[in-house]
Amino acid sequence: MTINGWIQIALFCAIVLALARPLGGYMTRVFTGERTLLSPVLGPVERGLYRVAGIDAAQEQHWLSYALAMLAFHGLGFLALYALLRVQAVLPFNPDGQSAVAPDLAFNTATSFVTNTNWQSYGGETTLSYLTQMLGLTHQNFLSAATGIALAVALVRGFSRASAKTVGSFWVDLTRTTLYVLLPLCMALTLFYVWQGIPQTLGGAVEATTLEGARQTIAVGPVASQVAIKMLGTNGGGFFNANAAHPFENPTALSNFVQMVTIFALGAAMTNVFGRMVGDERQGWAILAAMSVLFLAGTAVVYWAESAGSPVLNSLGLAGGNMEGKEVRFGILGSALFAAITTAASCGAVNAMHDSFTALGGMIPMINMQLGEIIVGGVGAGLYGILVFVIVTIFVAGLMVGRTPEYLGKKIEGREVKMAMLAILCLPLMMLGFTALATVVAAGLAGPANAGPHGFSEILYAFTSAAANNGSAFGGLTANTAFYNTTLGLGMLFGRFFVIVPALAIAGSLAAKKTVPASVGTFPTHGGLFVGLLVGVILIVGGLTFFPALALGPIVEHLAGGLGQTFAVGG
Amino acid sequence: MLNQLRPALVLLTALTAITGLAYPLAMTGLAGAVFPTQAAGSLIERGGKVVGSGLIGQSFTSDRYFQGRPSATSAADPADATKTVPAPYNAANSSGSNLGPTSAALAERVKADVAARRAENPGQPVPVDLVTTSGSGLDPDISPEAALFQVPRIAKTRGLSEDRVRALVEARVQGRVLGILGEPRVNVLALNLALDEQAGT
Repeated sequence: MTINGWIQIALFCAIVLALARPLGGYMTRVFTGERTLLSPVLGPVERGLYRVAGIDAAQEQHWLSYALAMLAFHGLGFLALYALLRVQAVLPFNPDGQSAVAPDLAFNTATSFVTNTNWQSYGGETTLSYLTQMLGLTHQNFLSAATGIALAVALVRGFSRASAKTVGSFWVDLTRTTLYVLLPLCMALTLFYVWQGIPQTLGGAVEATTLEGARQTIAVGPVASQVAIKMLGTNGGGFFNANAAHPFENPTALSNFVQMVTIFALGAAMTNVFGRMVGDERQGWAILAAMSVLFLAGTAVVYWAESAGSPVLNSLGLAGGNMEGKEVRFGILGSALFAAITTAASCGAVNAMHDSFTALGGMIPMINMQLGEIIVGGVGAGLYGILVFVIVTIFVAGLMVGRTPEYLGKKIEGREVKMAMLAILCLPLMMLGFTALATVVAAGLAGPANAGPHGFSEILYAFTSAAANNGSAFGGLTANTAFYNTTLGLGMLFGRFFVIVPALAIAGSLAAKKTVPASVGTFPTHGGLFVGLLVGVILIVGGLTFFPALALGPIVEHLAGGLGQTFAVGG
Repeated sequence: MLNQLRPALVLLTALTAITGLAYPLAMTGLAGAVFPTQAAGSLIERGGKVVGSGLIGQSFTSDRYFQGRPSATSAADPADATKTVPAPYNAANSSGSNLGPTSAALAERVKADVAARRAENPGQPVPVDLVTTSGSGLDPDISPEAALFQVPRIAKTRGLSEDRVRALVEARVQGRVLGILGEPRVNVLALNLALDEQAGT
């Protein structure tokens, strides 16, 4: 670890915090339907869309209609993307002649993008046509991100309204988020990324003759426009197989830094949106503070572990930390920080291969996801995820003092706590259940590329990433098989919608409640005590469940590696 | 549910057209006009022929060139399409080794590479990036230490003085962005192009 490394971490945190308030202010205006700077340009487009679609922008929806609208939209989106993947071979914008995608891989990829997971069973440059990349993936990147934000806003309305029947209009939230928030930011980011060196072309792969006379085929494409949204929308699915480690997806330390900031930018701003909409910005800062504590603790461990390096390689006389699977331009810190961010935020883009991280360095990304992607989290998804934990925290605090818990003037009762626990329990069931299945059937055991505890970690990481809708991987796992494409696809679906629907039910139930004025007995939810309690509940309720599984994977591997033990495939 | 179908269909179609076609195509046009070199892939030409991309590493095996990092990329086996064969710096199929910290295969590979590098420049510590594969398998850079480590070999094979080769390396070290971000590095292709020019070949 170096001073320079810590300066980079501090700079990153400072910029994300500085952006949270202005971005939060702008987004709040967008969600409450107020005029913004872009209204003169986008207003007519927006109203035109509503007219053709038969939407009355003023008409709000009950939480159940909101949920049904969201499901109908995603159902159609899934079918369209699946069809596109199956017929891409005969469509235009396919200069490298990619063939149709197999049914199980098409199912997995369509699910993955619709759920904002963006797991890469597909190989990018070896599998997908430019049309699929743009029309299929880039577009789902926008819409799954916009959906996450819309859902979070609906839940926030549940807290901010009293005796209301509705939580907003899904169609309006979706359209406004896409047009006013995501699209303008992505256009600016695309130009920045091209300036840094990311290609943006419809021309096919380039043939080069290297200095030594060999032929090199260099895959290019409309990369920058997709990278912009994949980071901002915390999607993470790469244009290329190597994702953000590929020099064409992330050419410089500056592009790396901007990508890291944009992964966190909207998620952090959403906490400020929450504070503004409930009428007390301190409530948002308290949540962001709890996220920051967990984030910094995780980052410090990854940075330390990767700087210390692997004992097995260090014993060969190498110094300078663990560089296997990392790029020189990012170095140890640039890779460790990115890994912590991308897994905390449900992004899942990677700029280094997590599979080759040290045992403990690779464990933190897993923990970040297992906590439920609530450390800033996916855009929108992070906020509704942590609000579910807030409800449990308030409930626990209420139990301690023996009075009905309340949060922001809303009484938290049996129904809300049940729904919150349903959302929380879904993740361990998917992650641990499927991991257990994969370790006992032959099709599952055929997946890992590494032997010993690391092979188990590869499986655990895969199902953790799928259910948490992250999408990063221990890439050695051969996941493009019927077994993994199907089970991971199911994990993604349940992990997304079995959290979303209970969260919307909470929104509806809260919106209908009266607001009770704060009294001397009300537990203040903007101070250090609340932040500490929230962090504790997240670690105990969300994290402890996974400790036995982690003990079998990364923890055993750390101890074995410390003794110099290695594991050979087939040995 | 049925009354949700019209808005769902219309918005899906319209937003798909906006974000999936209009946006990437407009950005392609704009990027090509403002930053044509980068948009096309930062290609480097010499004598009218494309010799590579300034951002993509390429395989150097000759002793006469500075060598980049080991690469774990592969390609389809020409003899059997269901298998793959190692193909370093295959820029049509990026990937890392994905070998874990307790992998015996990784330990053996690094051990062999360290031994080979030690033989080339005895007494010097081997820079870690020279014996580890990158995440993409296409890393265009090596650390300044890794470039300087190869100076004695290059000087010998090219018949240049070590000081001259070292000066060549030092002139091409790119520092941290704004003095803070990332790590110092040397682009191997740019360095080798400069080396060829220097040697007058």
